[in-house]
Amino acid sequence: MTTKSKAKPAAETAAPRMMTGAQIVVEALREQGVSVMFGYPGGAVLPIYDALYGQDAIRHILVRHEQGAGHAAEGYARSTGKCGVALVTSGPGATNMVTPITDALMDSIPMVVITGQVPTHLIGTDAFQECDTTGITRSCAKHNYLVTDVTQLARIMHEAFYVATSGRPGPVVVDIPKDIQFATGPYVGKEGITKPTYMPQRIPKTDAIKAAADLMTKAWRPIFYTGGGVINSGPRASEKLRELQELTGFPVTSTLMGLGAFPASHPDWLGMLGMHGSYEANNAMHDCDLMICVGARFDDRVTGRIDAFSPKSKKIHIDIDASSINKIVRVDVPVVADCAEALDALITEIKALKRKMPDLTPWRDQIDTWRARRCFTYTNSAEMIKPQYAVERLYALTKDRKTYITTEVGQHQMWAAQFYHFEEPNRWMTSGGLGTMGYGLPAAVGVQAAHPDALVIDIAGEASIQMMMQELSTAVQHKLPVKVFILNNEWMGMVRQWQELLHGERYSHSYSESLPDFVMLAKALGGHGIRCNKPEELDAKILEMIDHPGPVLFDCRVERAENCLPMIPSGSAHNQMILGEITGNEVGEAGRKLV
Amino acid sequence: MTDAPKPLGGNGSGPKSAYFLSHADQEIERRTLAVLVDNEPGVLARVVGLFSGRGYNIDSLTVAEVDASQHRSRITIVTQGTAHILEQIEAQLLRIVPVAEVIDITNSKTGIERELALVKVAGTGEKRVEALRIAEIFRAHVIDTTNESFIFEVTGASEKLTQFVDLMRPLGLVEVSRTGVLSIKRGKEKG
Ligand SMILES: Cc1ncc(C[n+]2csc(CCOP(=O)(O)OP(=O)(O)O)c2C)c(N)n1
Ligand SMILES: [Mg+2]
Repeated sequence: MTTKSKAKPAAETAAPRMMTGAQIVVEALREQGVSVMFGYPGGAVLPIYDALYGQDAIRHILVRHEQGAGHAAEGYARSTGKCGVALVTSGPGATNMVTPITDALMDSIPMVVITGQVPTHLIGTDAFQECDTTGITRSCAKHNYLVTDVTQLARIMHEAFYVATSGRPGPVVVDIPKDIQFATGPYVGKEGITKPTYMPQRIPKTDAIKAAADLMTKAWRPIFYTGGGVINSGPRASEKLRELQELTGFPVTSTLMGLGAFPASHPDWLGMLGMHGSYEANNAMHDCDLMICVGARFDDRVTGRIDAFSPKSKKIHIDIDASSINKIVRVDVPVVADCAEALDALITEIKALKRKMPDLTPWRDQIDTWRARRCFTYTNSAEMIKPQYAVERLYALTKDRKTYITTEVGQHQMWAAQFYHFEEPNRWMTSGGLGTMGYGLPAAVGVQAAHPDALVIDIAGEASIQMMMQELSTAVQHKLPVKVFILNNEWMGMVRQWQELLHGERYSHSYSESLPDFVMLAKALGGHGIRCNKPEELDAKILEMIDHPGPVLFDCRVERAENCLPMIPSGSAHNQMILGEITGNEVGEAGRKLV
Repeated sequence: MTDAPKPLGGNGSGPKSAYFLSHADQEIERRTLAVLVDNEPGVLARVVGLFSGRGYNIDSLTVAEVDASQHRSRITIVTQGTAHILEQIEAQLLRIVPVAEVIDITNSKTGIERELALVKVAGTGEKRVEALRIAEIFRAHVIDTTNESFIFEVTGASEKLTQFVDLMRPLGLVEVSRTGVLSIKRGKEKG
């Protein structure tokens, strides 16, 4: 039998305050400590908008498209560790939220989405702007609620925050019919709210920690493979990771989502792993004798060919979500726990063992030979800006500031991950699991709303930015001086690269035709536009972007045909990276069928 | 260990990614799972949606409230899969917020499974007599009678019901309604 919890009695509530459903929503948000939310009004949420009117505890950022509200809430959440909040109307408002909800589910981002719904008596009649929001979002949200009784509203609101932020975080949808927003009901506070069937296991089992510590103190070729879970767990997990690494001296690699949990300047940092990860990280993963996976999930972008994945290693997997363990890769020691708790327990256990650990020198030497390949080397040019060079310069000119980076999806995203380096968690926001083009600009809006004084840059592609570019207007309205740094290669570069690699250079519909003039576009939206074509002007123009007090669209014209390397093609193993140039013959029939 | 990249395995001779994760070589097992859930709106859809969304099998499904005071419903699911898939099914079910418990009650020494069927048979003369005789052997009850028809209520293991239905087929079987499998653990212990 597997039981998640024992029921706990709910706390008693003393003479509740009566208010309308709409007021309950706003009061619950306030009690949950929400200071910024993102939304877009419509008929079915007007009572809630009315309750927001004239109050100043919560800053409401009006977006231009509901998808923007969702990604902004995600960016806010990921850069603060707090829960993101979005508010949208029924029907199209709710369906426009499906992408960010799915995005947040894939990347485990805590988010509460409040959707309006048609009045209860009209549900099921195909009323104007009715859609089955809980039905549509059932499989893409961590949990969802349709509120049919105003007396339950306050509890549901608090429960939504609890579910969204605890365990493996994720998006929770609260769908509130308009009559419930008008109805009067009792307000109950967040104290004592529990969900008896939902009780994530935060503390690791002692025998699992003992088994893990035993393996760790005997390993000759160990590696930490860390992921977004370390960031989601909170800053303490990053501290504990650094402490445990200090104690053991093991090399560290990370997934795209985990960048920043371990400082990139550290000598034992191997860089990101996976499809566009470093040669040293992937080879170390392949040849290690012990893999300690912390808050990562063996995604196919990370493992490559699964039957050739790290064949010689024992594997320890720390994850708060038991279903992530043994899902893709069989592991030897499963540890179901919050990362920070598990890392802390490992530190204590390893110290207590007082064991003389194997000499890692041969392993480090091996890693150094891989490093010596300098896999991110590219051929620079005096005439054209190379995209890698552009990110390198952006990094050099912004690294000493309080900088937050978001990205869109494509080659530029990978170049950002390869050439921008992070020392701290929560500084890097990217759509990993879902790979959502259009994520970066609204996410940057959310980050900037949380950190008004920081430098927030969306490293973008010219195709991706067109998916959500209207959000520049949001940034202008709310005085959020985000910078959009477009690596404009006039191609859906990542698509073009795959067509070169897999489809005989038949570039079907991947050229970015009829591009807008981004400088004029910036002006039209009330921002500042900058264009750069020449490597020698790049630094000065990046500085101009940084110094501009408002939102900027930076049209950085880069080499068009550049490929993002190194690369493990789908269906290949970690030690089968393409390092130099794509020849078109790398991938066989079976590999072609993969995504 | 080598630092030179090996030639790429591009001959189509079986590169795999997670998408091609195949457990075809593993044995398929049948499982009966009791899923205890908070009886809240949509909970059945969540459970069923998990199975369809992740490509798991449902051979049989029953659901009813079993504890009104605690709002607990019991969903009994008969499913199939490799040991790996079955482990995932249980873990994925437990991720669903209103799922409280997952109990594996596969028909074995520790579990009992029963199903109920209502079987309508129409006919006269010798066939009618034969139907009654077989019903007696299966300890089926007649719960409705006309001059030309019977409705039998029969309970037992699913295979027994299938056998009963097969025997009724040549005797004028009209239609069948089955509950799907219910299960419970033997002995005094819960789950
Ligand atoms: C919403 C969405 N649609 C389609 C894709 C598939 N896709 C992945 S990368 C890409 C091209 C991105 O082009 P661009 O933004 O210019 O970036 P580049 O690769 O050129 O840097 C596309 C179409 C996606 N990831 N997201
Ligand atoms: Mg492009």
